Amino acid sequence: MRTLFLLLALLPSIAGATMAADVAGMDTSQEARYRTLIHELRCLVCQNQNIADSDAPLANDLRHQVRRQILAGESNQEIMDYLTQRYGDFVLYNPPFKMITLLLWLGPAVLVLLALVMAYLFTRRTRKPSTATALDEEKLRKLLDENK
Amino acid sequence: MRYLIPVLILAGLVVLFAAGLKNDPREVPSPLIGKPAPAFNLKLLGEEGSYSNADLKGRPVLVNFFASWCEGCQVEHPVLLKLAKESNVEIIGMDYKDEPADATQWLARHGSPYRKVILDHEGTAGLDWGVYGVPETFVLNAEGVIVYKQIGPMTEAAWREKIAPLMAGAAK
Repeated sequence: MRTLFLLLALLPSIAGATMAADVAGMDTSQEARYRTLIHELRCLVCQNQNIADSDAPLANDLRHQVRRQILAGESNQEIMDYLTQRYGDFVLYNPPFKMITLLLWLGPAVLVLLALVMAYLFTRRTRKPSTATALDEEKLRKLLDENK
Repeated sequence: MRYLIPVLILAGLVVLFAAGLKNDPREVPSPLIGKPAPAFNLKLLGEEGSYSNADLKGRPVLVNFFASWCEGCQVEHPVLLKLAKESNVEIIGMDYKDEPADATQWLARHGSPYRKVILDHEGTAGLDWGVYGVPETFVLNAEGVIVYKQIGPMTEAAWREKIAPLMAGAAK
């Protein structure tokens, strides 16, 4: 049990150490770009993790690829293009807006709109009885007047 | 009418989710379908010389990414052996991130369905081909264009229903 705690306590420092090795030889702006990019790229093996958090060998390869391309002086766009040419838009956590991703981007907005329209229709319908009683009151008054 | 709209929306969602259940999220569609095989020039296993993407042209072939450390590769191996033997399919092996000695031993033990085995020791070809988990098998037509990608182990059903018709069409 104690060894487990010790290992857990060591975890952040281990993660920190690998990170330091990854960004060796980069200047501050390159390092910042590296950190942003690896958080925006998806690991295709463990699909709900980005390549920064994943320990899969493929994530490791992709991190090295990003690192190589940054050190070679390539822009963020060039690096993302390189990876989408090979792995498709799925590798991006922020996929581009195009025909095939239309449902993904517009779906939630369409659903919210639909919900608002329905909410409006339903609330309007429940208001009707109040107008009906107003009419009844008028009739009632007329009837009362006639009987005077 | 009042209850028809929610019921219709529910029905729509049920259809959408039912369709979604049939999709395997692990199968990421390859953007390389319909494109020429990515360039490479790598050494061969067990023989002199190298093999490049240009050597893949001229007839339909299967390019199978495998490794001696890969469990799914053992699962599909009997299917590949059968295809090579009975259907005379040309299968080119791409030994992905593997040690040549381990691959030689593995092929000696399980038998080799491959005409050639290319050594992708660093996984550079794997990266260019968009491989994210071996085994993966690419179907190439005679022009060297990728027409299909089988993700995960090759199965007899996948061969019969999808790949065999493509290979037959590609040979014409």
